[in-house]
Amino acid sequence: MRASLKLVDPAIDAYDVADDVAPVAARERSLLRFITCGSVDDGKSTLLGRLLYETGAVFEDQMEALDRDSARFGTTGDDRDFALLVDGLAAEREQGITIDVAYRYFATDRRAFIAADTPGHEQYTRNMATGASTADVAIILVDARKGLLPQTRRHSYIVSMLGVRRVIVAVNKIDLVDYDEQVFRKIERDYRVLAASLGFVETHVIPVSARFGDNVATPSERTPWRTGPSLLALLESIEAAPAGDCEFRFPVQRVNRPDLDFRGFSGTIASGAVAVGDTVVALPRSRTTRIARILGPSGDQGRAGAGEAVTLTLADEIDLSRGDVLVHAESLTKPRRQFQARLLALGETPVTPGRAYLVKIGTAVTAARIIALHHTVDVHDYRTIPAAALEMNGIGLATLRLETDVVAADYAACQPLGGILLIDPHSNDTVALGVVEADAASRADRPRAGDGIVVALARFGLVSRDTTFDELRRRAIDAAANAGLTGLIASAATRDAELALAATCADFVLRPLLDAALGHLRSWIAMRRQNRREAGLSLDGGGI
Amino acid sequence: MGRLTHLQALEAESIFILREVVATCERPVLLYSIGKDSAVLLHLALKAFAPGKPPFPLLHVDTGWKFREMIAFRDETAKRYGLDLIVHINQEGVAGGVNPITSGSAVHTDVMKTQGLKQALDAYGFDAAFGGARRDEEKSRAKERIFSLRTPDHRWDPKAQRPEPWRAFNTRKRRGESFRVFPLSNWTEADVWDYIALENIPVVPLYFAKRRPVVERNGALIMRDDARLPLLPGEVPQLKMVRFRTLGCYPLTGAVESSAATLPEVIAEMRASRVSERQGRIIDHDGSNSMELKKQEGYF
Repeated sequence: MRASLKLVDPAIDAYDVADDVAPVAARERSLLRFITCGSVDDGKSTLLGRLLYETGAVFEDQMEALDRDSARFGTTGDDRDFALLVDGLAAEREQGITIDVAYRYFATDRRAFIAADTPGHEQYTRNMATGASTADVAIILVDARKGLLPQTRRHSYIVSMLGVRRVIVAVNKIDLVDYDEQVFRKIERDYRVLAASLGFVETHVIPVSARFGDNVATPSERTPWRTGPSLLALLESIEAAPAGDCEFRFPVQRVNRPDLDFRGFSGTIASGAVAVGDTVVALPRSRTTRIARILGPSGDQGRAGAGEAVTLTLADEIDLSRGDVLVHAESLTKPRRQFQARLLALGETPVTPGRAYLVKIGTAVTAARIIALHHTVDVHDYRTIPAAALEMNGIGLATLRLETDVVAADYAACQPLGGILLIDPHSNDTVALGVVEADAASRADRPRAGDGIVVALARFGLVSRDTTFDELRRRAIDAAANAGLTGLIASAATRDAELALAATCADFVLRPLLDAALGHLRSWIAMRRQNRREAGLSLDGGGI
Repeated sequence: MGRLTHLQALEAESIFILREVVATCERPVLLYSIGKDSAVLLHLALKAFAPGKPPFPLLHVDTGWKFREMIAFRDETAKRYGLDLIVHINQEGVAGGVNPITSGSAVHTDVMKTQGLKQALDAYGFDAAFGGARRDEEKSRAKERIFSLRTPDHRWDPKAQRPEPWRAFNTRKRRGESFRVFPLSNWTEADVWDYIALENIPVVPLYFAKRRPVVERNGALIMRDDARLPLLPGEVPQLKMVRFRTLGCYPLTGAVESSAATLPEVIAEMRASRVSERQGRIIDHDGSNSMELKKQEGYF
């Protein structure tokens, strides 16, 4: 029998191909991560199902299953219920709601998309926040019949808190208000008022019908009063600017030491870029060395930027382990023991000041306590309220005190080192996520602006080192008076003292500072050039 | 991530996940199921720990019913990269005569795959197991975390999943608990093939069309890989140009008629396809929620 079934090629060779067969699109297509959020029953899952359908990401057998499911669980009468394409858990399908974040994938020729479909119910806000944390863009749905709801405000606040700066408001079910422009315009106006304080750099408002596809993939003739691209076209073209500043930060993820000849530090660059030969400092212990090699996914490379997973080798044998962070030698980043963070409570047990927690920042985990809970935020009107603890889904501003020094960055500057997890050390549950914020408490760890000015002036021999800030302030006021800047005197005397001081001192503080800084920069650039040349030589010579 | 292409971004994310497990777990293992996703996962593991080898073994939970070409490819792959390969077969299941033909797909999958996997993880004390599952494969997978915490009984509770904001993974666990980790969560079938082409990754030849002996049963083309598949009265295997979109136990894996014999042809065919890859998997069709139930019981 076996002989008659000569099925397998005796020589089983791995299939080899030339590396030029992938379509150009796959090589150059960029990636956009977005989230759909909004209130219950405003059609988030339906909209996402529609986008999948319109981009050909739903297959025939899935469509047949959808039609079967629509008949059984559907909420759209005889029509296909596109929401059932994405609501995957049994409990969700039975209840007709979304409980957990679902990730969905589709692509056009221009972009690949990862969509997070998030729950609308308030009790699942934490799942919505998880989806928002990685999003470049948020699509906030509003039911055209209902206008803005508490969840609209809540979700807008959370996407803003998590650093999303580009928002598309999809005014859905526009078919159910007879494609009425007035209804749409009112919601558009209301939303712009709501979002005024949220720091979005782009806010697009689009009328859509997820159920019938109006303005989803193509502009609809039923909204002739609106011009502009469809939702899909907007998603294809919207800028997905990488968040953060350009300072190089590299949290060490793992020491790679396969044998005695190699010792590298693996990790993903959190922000900025690095080149072979750069002088770097390992924090928190502040050891200085140079980058010897950068190993990327395809071998040695001369430089690497944010988001790249690399292994670095260093010129010197310095003590460095998981949780440490490499920065450029001239970086102002300093290890911190304390910072403020905006927290979102995720667990059933309230997050409470004084309790022992673990904090995960980048690759570092350290013991921490909340030493102050400044307030919680009422996400319906963005008011702050005093509170003793943060209940599940609650958002509040807290000061955390850590047991060891860690490198944390402000979230706006560097998400991977500014987004933190708060973990219960006993249950191991993740009880909160947080974003590190620049504020008074974290500034307390650094020199105050006033102290800096004294130091700078002393350095240039303009004042003595023991000059107090108040003395300096008096001198600044005198200088301002001499210059006839009475307005500045008034503000220097009030709470804007530091600002006024800086302004009045411009001539004899900032100019020498600027000159010194420029000189420093020139010598630094020259040094880097030199380093690069040396690194280039050693690379050639080393035959890497 | 601004300047990275989407495949570079996915590659970097997967490498980060692989390293995070090795840095925080004691005894990881890579569940190697021989298919294209495993091939990509292994390729990423080779990159993540270069110039060293991946610091974990490969584990294949065999059912005794894999295509013979898969087994040959598996052994050759482990040898090529000099990796430890553990092959585990549920001997209780073998002794009890469990097989995909008379036991049915549900019992066979539960005993030989799910129970077999749990036996192997317990026997070796692995506390983290990488799998090549992707969220685009199936609806309940779409809700799965990248780090999926399992109880000491390996069960999955869809309602008690840890939130995973950003790429910050809470990797703490109690004694006896373990993680199933899915570095390819955010990849699609198209991404996997594009990456295989870009990186020139070897895959099992069964993915490419060739004349193979198949019988048609319940609308599925089943390849008769050996004599254990009994022929029904009057049934004669036909030689047809077929290939496979996914690979599993041969009596449970439907072939598709195709002339795509090269990688570019396979990619072109996949792009034009209107049917999902798991359609060929008979075990998925026991009901809309069947994958979710299997996962709760400890299936990957």
